Amino acid sequence: MRGNFSTITKMVSAGVVAASLLMAVQAKAADDTIKVGILHSLSGTMAISETTLKDAMLMLIEEQNAKGGLLGKKLEAVVVDPASNWPLFAEKARELISKDKVAAVFGCWTSVSRKSVLPVFSELDNILFYPVQYEGEESERNVFYTGAAPNQQAIPAVDYLMSEDGGSVKRWVLEGTDYVYPRTTNKILEAYLKAKGVAAEDIMVNYTPFGFSDWQTEVSAIKKFGSAGKKTAVVSTVNGDANVPFYKELGNQGIKAEDIPVMAFSVGEEELAGLDTAPLVGHLAAWNYFESVDTPENKKFIADWHKFIKNDKRTTNDPMEAHYIGFNMWVKAVEKAGTTDPDKVIDAMIGVSVPNLTGGYSTMMPNHHITKPVLIGEIQADGQFETVSQTPGLVMGDEWSDYLPDSKDLISDWRAPLSCGNFNVATGKCGGKGTN
Amino acid sequence: MVLLRAIGLTLLFLLANLLPANASEADLRAIIAKFATATNFSATEAVVRELAATGDPLVERPLAALAEGSLYVRRADSLVFVGKEGGDSVELLDPLSGEKSGEAAKGDITKIKVNNTLRRVIRDALGTLTLRAKDPAVRIAAAATMFKTPDAANIEPLDAAIAAETDAKVKALFEQARAASVLVSDRSEADKLAAIALIGVRGDRDALSLLTSVEANSQGAVKDAATAAIGTINSTLAFWDAGQNIWYGISLGSVLLLAAIGLAITFGVMGVINMAHGEMVMLGAYTTFVVQEVIRSSFPGLFDWSLVIALPLAFLVAALVGLAIERGVIRFLYGRPLETLLATWGVSLILQQAVRTIFGPTNQEVGNPSWMSGSFDVGQLAITWNRLWILVFSLCVFALLLYVMKRTPWGLQMRAVTANRRMAASMGIKTPWVDALTFALGSGIAGIAGVALSQIDNVSPNLGRGYIIDSFMVVVFGGVGNLWGTLVGAFSLGIVNKFLEPYAGAVLGKIVVLVLIILFIQKRPRGLFALKGRAVEA
Repeated sequence: MRGNFSTITKMVSAGVVAASLLMAVQAKAADDTIKVGILHSLSGTMAISETTLKDAMLMLIEEQNAKGGLLGKKLEAVVVDPASNWPLFAEKARELISKDKVAAVFGCWTSVSRKSVLPVFSELDNILFYPVQYEGEESERNVFYTGAAPNQQAIPAVDYLMSEDGGSVKRWVLEGTDYVYPRTTNKILEAYLKAKGVAAEDIMVNYTPFGFSDWQTEVSAIKKFGSAGKKTAVVSTVNGDANVPFYKELGNQGIKAEDIPVMAFSVGEEELAGLDTAPLVGHLAAWNYFESVDTPENKKFIADWHKFIKNDKRTTNDPMEAHYIGFNMWVKAVEKAGTTDPDKVIDAMIGVSVPNLTGGYSTMMPNHHITKPVLIGEIQADGQFETVSQTPGLVMGDEWSDYLPDSKDLISDWRAPLSCGNFNVATGKCGGKGTN
Repeated sequence: MVLLRAIGLTLLFLLANLLPANASEADLRAIIAKFATATNFSATEAVVRELAATGDPLVERPLAALAEGSLYVRRADSLVFVGKEGGDSVELLDPLSGEKSGEAAKGDITKIKVNNTLRRVIRDALGTLTLRAKDPAVRIAAAATMFKTPDAANIEPLDAAIAAETDAKVKALFEQARAASVLVSDRSEADKLAAIALIGVRGDRDALSLLTSVEANSQGAVKDAATAAIGTINSTLAFWDAGQNIWYGISLGSVLLLAAIGLAITFGVMGVINMAHGEMVMLGAYTTFVVQEVIRSSFPGLFDWSLVIALPLAFLVAALVGLAIERGVIRFLYGRPLETLLATWGVSLILQQAVRTIFGPTNQEVGNPSWMSGSFDVGQLAITWNRLWILVFSLCVFALLLYVMKRTPWGLQMRAVTANRRMAASMGIKTPWVDALTFALGSGIAGIAGVALSQIDNVSPNLGRGYIIDSFMVVVFGGVGNLWGTLVGAFSLGIVNKFLEPYAGAVLGKIVVLVLIILFIQKRPRGLFALKGRAVEA
């Protein structure tokens, strides 16, 4: 009996030791890596744009690991595929945070996917880095917006067209795909143009459905609108797949950039890759980064990218730069906070400054938007953009547009003691409403 | 001695003759050299204006090169060259003579930047310089430029050019360009009224644009004449607008027809709800892409033939995939429409993802052969070549298919199986094979539609998605099982869509068309041209 008892105690204690050992090993395995979530569509409509961002993130993580990781641990990417399906974005975000326990998530492209994951991030208190230019009118504690707000893209682009260099444009066509980003951007632009003294009859707004491919009527309407004896330009928020047929029709109907330039906000190197750009030389795009920017940082980035993706023809684009900035900011903030705990990192993020690819530094502002330069580029025959104008300094992202009546009194500041994403300066209360 | 002296004299004489020319060329070179020190667009513009002011036809080469973005400065010695790109190095040509004068690596030279404003200035300058060009097409282009950018200073050179012009058509254009310049000058009212009359006859959008600005900037008789001319132009343009809507409608209809015609076989004739139809179109487009890639790398001379070469290949690829789908999946599901729908939907996702994995998710570039680029004018109507060819092509495919169905034994068997499967089987027709080949034919036709659609749309894995709903709409509207119904359905939907679009906008237009179709189907559930007979009940 005694022997038995001792055997049992021995067995039990051995079991306990083994179990605790096992747990320690497991805990050690979990401690060894920091998981980073990547939430980009790898199938469906948006795969065309988002797959590249997934690859860019994998490259950045690999490079960071080669530099020795973060806080002495290796980074581990967790890639999920929300398949261009908006509700699935929320589900996958939940999976990343609850099941995989990621320290931060880099992802989303369309505004609707971002809106669908917002509740998940605030409920589970994690961090989302959103890399795409968007319509503004939002500032969330758990989201860092590394893409451009309207004042970092749309407004400077219109200013350029109004300037003498841009052709002193007097008449405007606002052409967009029918969803939240173009509609809000055009609302801001319309208000801005009217504030600048443009008459209502000199503005034409038109929307087309997603993936629209028959542009004949629209292009001839642009031609017609442009023959009123005033210099006319098109500001295009046409999204994704619809751009190629749009530009093909422009080229075929002989609309030259010298006569009616098209300024696009959603057309980058990636979109031009499917297009013969010779008839489009001179049409414009406004971004915060072009692949053609001539800086040592950018040269290295492009070389690294080509090496990583094993294809010399793959282009780089603005949202990739946004991830580059966002990821480096997160790394710096984690180092500063000494932990990956999202709460601490969120506070540490504000004020973090990292080099961007256009030869300067980008800083995270208290409204969770960053500072960046605005570049205007003209399409070249080789499918690249050539910068024709650049803002003299960095532009700070303005989340609540000053040109919309509903949001002009709102500001955002996530530092204590204010800690509010929509503070109304007129009423002095947190919780004003935006236009969405 | 005498001889020597004679030679000396001749030389001197020659030199004396040559010297002025050299001097002016040296002047030009001195101006061109200033491009190297121009650091911003306005400085470059000043140099362009200075060059243009010389009026020397020699400056055409450097100016045209600058507009194209092929004027470079060599970093080492700040000399300006026209560059011809070839691989890693750039061939340097003398900016005036065009002779080859060396090569440089891309890093050793800087491109002189241009923007739209500069391109416009250059275009205007070249317009004046090329008024006397040998090629009438160049003179016509010059007249068009000068019409668009009227300037009082243009009147004199235009007067001279009109006097020297022999081609009646070019002369008329010159006169219009002169009239445009008169309108912005301070010539007498009578001159201006005559000019307005001349421009009113032209009657296009450029004329309208010019007259609108004249109307806004003048008073009295000139203003009234401009207003009257604008009225006339507007009423003719309204007529052409209607014509334009019809043409756009026909063109959209031809695209719909192409997209739907394969489905008219697989869904219309066979009754298979084929959700993978769009992916067959996509496979055809990717075949075109692969063919063009091979041609670009191995036989660049054949590029204009790439589409013709791609047609049979696209047919084969799509037909083979279609055959595999029929044999592998669909034949087990005949008579179970719901399962067929889900299975073919699954197949479509697999095909999309396969293409995405092989070719990558981004758009692939499919070039337009030269005979499919650009447009020509019929009156005030611009007809683009690619749309015209697609219309012709879709009608050819339709005619071919009709012939196969109505005039060949295979078509007869196909129709027999559709009309009454069991009776056809007892007459000795191998119905499973007919099914397989019919499905392959429908898929193959979708494949060649993909060749044509690659010319106007993105070549991406999502290509098919955009056409599947429209295709079903056309087939259901036209009447299931009837090829003529598909033809009429496609063109009427196209035209209705294009007449609605200018008023309702593209988004609302599409909704209105959908609502109309739903109402129509309520009234005639079998579409425009319903099949009659027992087959319908089966």
